Amino acid sequence: MVLSVRDLAVTRGGLAILEGVSFDLAAGEALVLRGPNGVGKTTLLRSVAGLQPPEMGTVTGAEDQIAYAGHSDGLKAMLSVTENLRFWASVFGLSDIEPALVAFDLTDLRDRMAGTLSAGQKRRLGLARLMVTGRPIWVLDEPTVSLDVASVALFAEAVRTHLRGGGSALMATHIDLGLTEATVVDLTPFKAAPRTRSMDEAFL
Amino acid sequence: MSLWEYANPVKFIRTTDKVLPWIWTLTVLCLVTGLIWGFFFTPNDFRQGSTVKIIYIHVPSALMAINAWLMMLVASLIWIVRRHHVSALAARAAAPVGAVMTMIALATGAFWGQPMWGTWWAWDPRLTSFLILFLFYLGYMALWEAIENDDTAADLTSILCLVGSVFAVLSRYAVNFWNQGLHQGATLSLDKEENISDVFWFPLLVCIAGFVLLFIALVFLRTQTEIRARRTRALLAREGQA
Amino acid sequence: MRALLLRDLRLAIRAGGGFGLGLAFFLIVTVLVPFGVGPQTELLSRIAPGILWIGALLACLLSLDRILALDWEDGSLDLLATAPLPMEGIVTVKAFAHWITTGLPLVLAAPVLGVLLSLPIPAYQWVVISLAVGTPALSVIGTFGAALTVGIKRGGLLMSLLVLPLYVPTLIFGAEVARRGAEGLTVQTPLLLLAGISFGVIALLPFASAAVLRINLR
Repeated sequence: MVLSVRDLAVTRGGLAILEGVSFDLAAGEALVLRGPNGVGKTTLLRSVAGLQPPEMGTVTGAEDQIAYAGHSDGLKAMLSVTENLRFWASVFGLSDIEPALVAFDLTDLRDRMAGTLSAGQKRRLGLARLMVTGRPIWVLDEPTVSLDVASVALFAEAVRTHLRGGGSALMATHIDLGLTEATVVDLTPFKAAPRTRSMDEAFL
Repeated sequence: MSLWEYANPVKFIRTTDKVLPWIWTLTVLCLVTGLIWGFFFTPNDFRQGSTVKIIYIHVPSALMAINAWLMMLVASLIWIVRRHHVSALAARAAAPVGAVMTMIALATGAFWGQPMWGTWWAWDPRLTSFLILFLFYLGYMALWEAIENDDTAADLTSILCLVGSVFAVLSRYAVNFWNQGLHQGATLSLDKEENISDVFWFPLLVCIAGFVLLFIALVFLRTQTEIRARRTRALLAREGQA
Repeated sequence: MRALLLRDLRLAIRAGGGFGLGLAFFLIVTVLVPFGVGPQTELLSRIAPGILWIGALLACLLSLDRILALDWEDGSLDLLATAPLPMEGIVTVKAFAHWITTGLPLVLAAPVLGVLLSLPIPAYQWVVISLAVGTPALSVIGTFGAALTVGIKRGGLLMSLLVLPLYVPTLIFGAEVARRGAEGLTVQTPLLLLAGISFGVIALLPFASAAVLRINLR
């Protein structure tokens, strides 16, 4: 098992939103999280990525293995496409950015400033960043926002390549990527019973 | 049975509710006795005349200005190490009290300084240090107000309190280095020969006790309020979710 | 780490504001002071070391919110937090980049602006030395303030309120070095104390800044 989540409970704004979430992710596997808006997909992913301590439960195998892509791409408008990618590559100790440029069809845009890209192009660049991290587990929060059909196909292909190479992916998305091998987990049953965080319970 | 049991908000409110009337009574008793004794039944100083009597407010408030910060520092440490909510809320409750004490010390100092030194304000090390301490209080309170999430605010203000304490001490030394001042040395110390005479000393002690008790009473009261506000928010959040 | 430093420097050059804005502000403060206190040479030369220090401090303060706020807004901080860099390293590099883009130009510009304020000749070297030793402390302390207020909308004013009291010791010792230098007195004690503060905050404060940033990110 590459990543294993046990009995996770997360809170947002002082309210428990999800509890008892457990799943495993093996190498070469993809897991798609579903659920209505506000069910806690983003919060769950942030907890898995280690950005937010979970209220309860454990995440094992995440340490230094995760490449996280959230709602914002972390791009610098005043840097070119290659400069943006090269920066993230060297942060993660890699240098080769060509495969990422090719996979997301960015080769023609390589010298453009990131600030001049369209929303979809920016998103593609943000996703290309995942490939230069060299990390095995991709944690993706709504990766297909502002992507057109062709770009979604590019992205699905990139994920498939990543899985074939022994990587794995955990993503929250509404769009069917055509990843037949992906397991779908609906988060609705894990919705927490109305209560406040255990921290606040001392006050009640 | 340990001290940490009082870190439970409910237990804290129950206990303080029991002791608060006693503390208030003692506070009023000490302050009334100390101030009347000090103001009306002590002789005038042979050099300073009747202005010396402001000492009965000036010295206790100055002491409490510093002790309040120390109390906040201890409470912040307890929050960081043991994560007791009452401790963080007590630190929050103490800050405005400490700030007001600092302001009283500065104001009474100015009223005293005017007839004695001929000036309301001088950039004397002690005065300057207190002004800087006041700024630290302001920043600490502003940070509490600015952050919406209670626990985040508690974490950030605790760290600010720790870092601020180090810088407050540094500033104290820096200011001493920068200007040797007008202010007399410490009036109260145990090892010095040259202490103030007993006639002034006893009423001053009673006043100091009164200010300490006043501080404790106010902090207890304000911590209770903070706990109740926090409880209201928790209840409302639960209602909203249901 | 080096990549982060290079990126920050490159951004500072490209986006303008980095090198230029702080310097321009320093210039304007220095120009405004004679308008405020009058053009008498002897008065100006007496207060020049202090004015240069205050100007440098304010110019530093002005650019603090750029250290972390931009990376916070575009999500880079989240991504950096999941990268294999320690948070302490990130804040140190950020502070260092801020010093190179703001502190260092101020140090170099100070002698030129000293001419405007008729700074006494012996003071020039000490103004430069004290700024060179003291501005790193300003950047590191400022990064702590920026980390504290990064999650707060319109946190700039609050940050000034938090950071300025923390600047007091640095300012006192720094200005004291410059003042004593101007009067031809020995500067050894304040200079050592200033260096002590700089080294102390560089060694210790990044831990506090990193802790604060982690809290703000969650």
